[in-house]
Amino acid sequence: MVAGGFGVGKTTFVGAVSEISPLRTEAVMTSASAGIDDLSHVQGKTTTTVAMDFGRITLDDDLILYLFGTPGQDRFWFMWDDLVRGAIGAVVLVDTRRLADCFPAVDYFENSGLPFVIALNGFDGHQPYTPEEVREALQIGPDAPIITTDARHRNETKSALITLVEHALMARLK
Amino acid sequence: MATPPGGYPYGNDQQAQQPLNRYNFPSSPSSPGYGSMPEQRPPHVPAQPQQHRRAAAPSGGGARNNPLVRPYAMTGGRTRPRYQLAIEALVHTTAQPSQLQGQLPEHQRICHLCTEIKSVAEISALLSIPLGVARILVADLAEAGLVAIHQPGGDASAGGQPDVTLLERVLSGLRNL
Repeated sequence: MVAGGFGVGKTTFVGAVSEISPLRTEAVMTSASAGIDDLSHVQGKTTTTVAMDFGRITLDDDLILYLFGTPGQDRFWFMWDDLVRGAIGAVVLVDTRRLADCFPAVDYFENSGLPFVIALNGFDGHQPYTPEEVREALQIGPDAPIITTDARHRNETKSALITLVEHALMARLK
Repeated sequence: MATPPGGYPYGNDQQAQQPLNRYNFPSSPSSPGYGSMPEQRPPHVPAQPQQHRRAAAPSGGGARNNPLVRPYAMTGGRTRPRYQLAIEALVHTTAQPSQLQGQLPEHQRICHLCTEIKSVAEISALLSIPLGVARILVADLAEAGLVAIHQPGGDASAGGQPDVTLLERVLSGLRNL
């Protein structure tokens, strides 16, 4: 999963490393749909479309990695729950100029137990804060890696993914 | 699963009607309201069936060109598949072309697309079908034996998270990119 605040570069990140142009899938949701099959008695429900961009990396003859950019709005937790199942982990993209935007994602992954790495997306190549400063500001424990990245560049995104999988592997081996 | 009366199985009048449902209303007179404006439906209901029957036959595939068809009309009003497909589950068509005759247009499109292996997410994106609908349609096809599904491997004891072997394969795959 690739998470983070609105406009932080999730789709850019996915596009930089995906072998296909990022695709967009949409889920049509109603405010009352959870757990309800028959909507015949639902009055006044509101319909929302949640868009989610994703990409694909073929790693092997029979191994395909999918990268899902989480829907930006925090209220679509149900989509996240769906994605977390079977996920290897999450890259939380952070724009250090808008640090608070990543709080919901960090909280979510801490609560769900999904391994995650914090990737500071350097806009215009700037990394004004060190990873350790960000760790302190985000109150993140020493386990979760914090790295710098540039969501536009394939090598950087690939390296962020490698860090994530290594971290997930370490977490499983503990 | 609560299936609205008359909403299933496929191929009945309700399904045949939906390609021409230009009013953005569900077209099942027998199941009040999976539309968002149930109070406005009754005046339209009597007028619809005749129009739809008249043009139903030649309109196969029309649904994709008509954004006003409510997506869940394709699923007979069902909002959940018979079993839960992962969004990244892989789908691959096993049906012979001759078996696709008479299938719903949406089912046929999925089968054509999945001659090369595709995930549920890709089916949704490439055919512009909402994710939940794609899941239901793929589950239907799997039940009919027309596609094979490869659910992602996972360790049941760890809540479906990938096991160590899989993580190692992913890691080595990424390094070799």
